[in-house]
Amino acid sequence: MKRFSEVMKAKTSKMLDKAEDPRETLDYSYEKQLEMVQKVRRGLADVATSRKRLELQQAQLKASADKLEQQARTAVGVGKEDLAREALNRRAGLQTQLDGLDAQRAQLQGEEDKLTLALQRLQTKVEAFRTKKETIKATYTAAEATSKIGEAVSGISEEMGDVGLAIQRAEDKTATMQARAGAVDELIASGALDDVTSEPGGDIQRQLDALSSGSSVDDELAKMKAELGAGAPAPKEIAAPGVPAEQPAGGEAK
Amino acid sequence: MIVRILHEGQLEVPDEALTELNELDDHLINAVEKGDQGLFHTALAALIAKVREVGKPVADDHLGPSELILPGADATLDEVRKLLHDDGLIPG
Repeated sequence: MKRFSEVMKAKTSKMLDKAEDPRETLDYSYEKQLEMVQKVRRGLADVATSRKRLELQQAQLKASADKLEQQARTAVGVGKEDLAREALNRRAGLQTQLDGLDAQRAQLQGEEDKLTLALQRLQTKVEAFRTKKETIKATYTAAEATSKIGEAVSGISEEMGDVGLAIQRAEDKTATMQARAGAVDELIASGALDDVTSEPGGDIQRQLDALSSGSSVDDELAKMKAELGAGAPAPKEIAAPGVPAEQPAGGEAK
Repeated sequence: MIVRILHEGQLEVPDEALTELNELDDHLINAVEKGDQGLFHTALAALIAKVREVGKPVADDHLGPSELILPGADATLDEVRKLLHDDGLIPG
């Protein structure tokens, strides 16, 4: 990876030899370092925002999946297997989405953790640089300062190049995910994920509601039939003792 | 010598380990040139594992450049090629 190293070094050492007085290089580099710390902080905040957005979407999709599962249960309960199947199919689709989101969330979390460490390291180095800068300036003799400055500046330049790449990477990932997250938001907003009114077969919940009100009508009917059924054979029962019943009737007649 | 693993930091690696690291490095370069994803990941993982094993992390307040810079452990072949390609060192 020699070539890789050389390329990386070339990328990170461009900041050197900026000023005629090496001491100005120190101040210039320090300014750049502070800017970089700010940049990492902002990058970190962006990644965290994206991650939170994904988590929010996960929660929404999870709620939809739970609702569909409940609907499937209800459908099985009233013996509508086709509806249950439809609800479970939709739920499986959502689960695939959820798994995808979870992988993305884990990736962003990884970037966030890495940037957090990178920020810590950079801040420590910047602080060390500031101290060294003041020391070099205080004891400045042109001959020895140049090499010391070169070492310190190229060391921290490399760190900044590294952190800069890390941010770039995190930003790329965040941008990809925001595009995807936007698509999922649209799906959620459109209601296509758990509201199926627009599709053939109609709204699962509406059908289930119709079924359950239908089944309560059926229940009542069955109850009434049972009551009436209990009433229908009753005349026979009455008829059976109906023979002796004539006695009280006759008694009354007396 | 000091080796940097990108996005991970600098490690001080003893010179005795260089022969072994160079071998692992050859595998990696080979994989990059072949454009073989599977080989690339195996070779990169092996190289970085070795550097971590023999290297000691350099203090965070150390202010010096590295002699060698390696891609991060989760770098992809495309990322490495892109970084190299940016400066036109490896065509394609």
